[in-house]
Amino acid sequence: MSTLSKPGKGQVINRPRVSLGKRIHRDLQMNWRLYLLFLPVLAYFIIFKYAPMAGLVISFQDYKAAKGIPGSKWVGMKHFISFFNDPFLPRLLRNTITIALSTLIFSFPSAIVLALLINELRSRKMSRVVQTISYIPHFISVVVVCGIIRDLVSRTGGVTMLLHSILGIQVTNMLYEPNYFVPIYIVSDIWSNIGWNSIVYLSALTAIDQELYEAARVDGANKWHQIIHITIPCLVPTIVIMFILKVGKMFDVGYEKIMLLYTPLTYERADVINTYVYRRGFAENVNFSYSTAVGFFNSVVCFALVFITNKITHRMGGNSLW
Amino acid sequence: MTAISKHKEKQAIKIPLGERVFYMVDDALMILLCVLILIPLIHVVAGSFSDGASYMSHSGLLLWPLNPTLAAYRSVINNQNIWTGYRNTLFVVIVGTSLDMLFSLVAAYVLSRKKYMLKNFFNLLVVFSMYFSGGMIPFFLVVKGVGLYKSIWALILPSLVNVFNLVIVRTAMTGVPDSLEESAQLDGAGHLTILFRIITPLVLPSVAVVALYYAVSHWNSWFNAMLFIKDRKYYPLQLILREILILSDTDEGFMMSETIQFATIVVATIPILCVYPFIQRYFVKGIMVGAVKG
Repeated sequence: MSTLSKPGKGQVINRPRVSLGKRIHRDLQMNWRLYLLFLPVLAYFIIFKYAPMAGLVISFQDYKAAKGIPGSKWVGMKHFISFFNDPFLPRLLRNTITIALSTLIFSFPSAIVLALLINELRSRKMSRVVQTISYIPHFISVVVVCGIIRDLVSRTGGVTMLLHSILGIQVTNMLYEPNYFVPIYIVSDIWSNIGWNSIVYLSALTAIDQELYEAARVDGANKWHQIIHITIPCLVPTIVIMFILKVGKMFDVGYEKIMLLYTPLTYERADVINTYVYRRGFAENVNFSYSTAVGFFNSVVCFALVFITNKITHRMGGNSLW
Repeated sequence: MTAISKHKEKQAIKIPLGERVFYMVDDALMILLCVLILIPLIHVVAGSFSDGASYMSHSGLLLWPLNPTLAAYRSVINNQNIWTGYRNTLFVVIVGTSLDMLFSLVAAYVLSRKKYMLKNFFNLLVVFSMYFSGGMIPFFLVVKGVGLYKSIWALILPSLVNVFNLVIVRTAMTGVPDSLEESAQLDGAGHLTILFRIITPLVLPSVAVVALYYAVSHWNSWFNAMLFIKDRKYYPLQLILREILILSDTDEGFMMSETIQFATIVVATIPILCVYPFIQRYFVKGIMVGAVKG
């Protein structure tokens, strides 16, 4: 017995010392094919995801394309300080937050509600038709959607005419009115995505055990009770995960769409951080370093938001990304 | 006795009033939603078949063409730019989606394997890039730096892997029983055989959905093309559409009548709309989002 246990003891003592080199060796021997397979993917991530992160250093420089990163002058926090003093900063923050929160308040729940409503349809056929139709707009490109919006809200457009006759709004090109910008953005956002975003929830709904409903019915629960006490609680994990992801993208508000819809007339309500990054990077008053600093600020805020939301939801109920 | 039990049965089947109202409201809401979604599309299609001058003098929504004519379609078909755009977009969609899928499948396979040292590191590396990015300018500089500026490959290589899509496939692959892989290994199958012959067929719904995601995003993307493509010969369809639909409003040089704009929309959107119903049955099955966990 004792002789048998001795080598065991020796191994325990030896393991940490020998381990790393040996373990790497053994791991490579066993898995080198796997690593080889991953190499192209790794290269992709390093070049197109991590190299740009490293490129953020130019926000601390006065970057000149001709000199490259090594040759450009280091200027410390200069660009961040001038961004915090930028006269447009309040406007950018206000617009970004307004649009982001409006999406969160209106677009985000709309897909959940739609999934619940589709789930409760009695006719299979109708449920399929509603799904097919509501997915269509997702396949229409943002350029085309904005083209359609431009027509519908123009002076003679269908939406302008409709709102004129119902609410009595003034006949005008609504895209040139700053105050209409956010509503136009949100309504078209819902139109585009409500169906598509409901898929995740529908797929979570199909996973609910039907016996739960039967048991509830036996106990005398009506439809409403069933939705409140079974369906929605079963959806919560999915909702939480989608919510955290949404928060992470929140400050990236659909700048591609905004760029296609806004004009200098509506910058007051429409200009967000990312559109400003684009303009200062490529269009007006071009300054790569300044633009990168603004983008850097945006990325950090996004990351912090995901992190905080994740912490909060984790503490609240244990649903979290990590 | 029998009368009573029959009576009871009837009661059990009868749907309470509240519930009936609920179902009716639900049906009505869904019909309303479908109408609201379809109206803009009907307007576009009706407009595309309308006479240009009649449309100009008309205001409000169209549900039927005004003085039906094919004139708008004729000028779209004669617009060489649109066909060049089509060709470039098809190239990007076909080559891009194939490469995207190849990379995503391989990545998902490696990330879902067990027992290798760098597994957690690889997963962290991939997932972190979903939450933090270098932003627009550094991305632009990197793409330019690797020599893709003004090349159509700038629309393919920089966006090879979408992490969200990758995670969907990875989750599906994690669900495949290990025993299948082990027995294949005993038969001498290599990683590629296991991946493409055994695992991929088993996670087909997810693969189909993700392939559709990639194809749609290539078809619809315009922003990268605007940044990187300078030669009109390589303009994808969406950049041409941007000129016709967006810039024509503000820039005299691109002036284009509305009916032609509508016909362009129809011509540019029909192909992608024809594809998705074939994959629709996979939608709900293919996307599991328990999923996104890192």
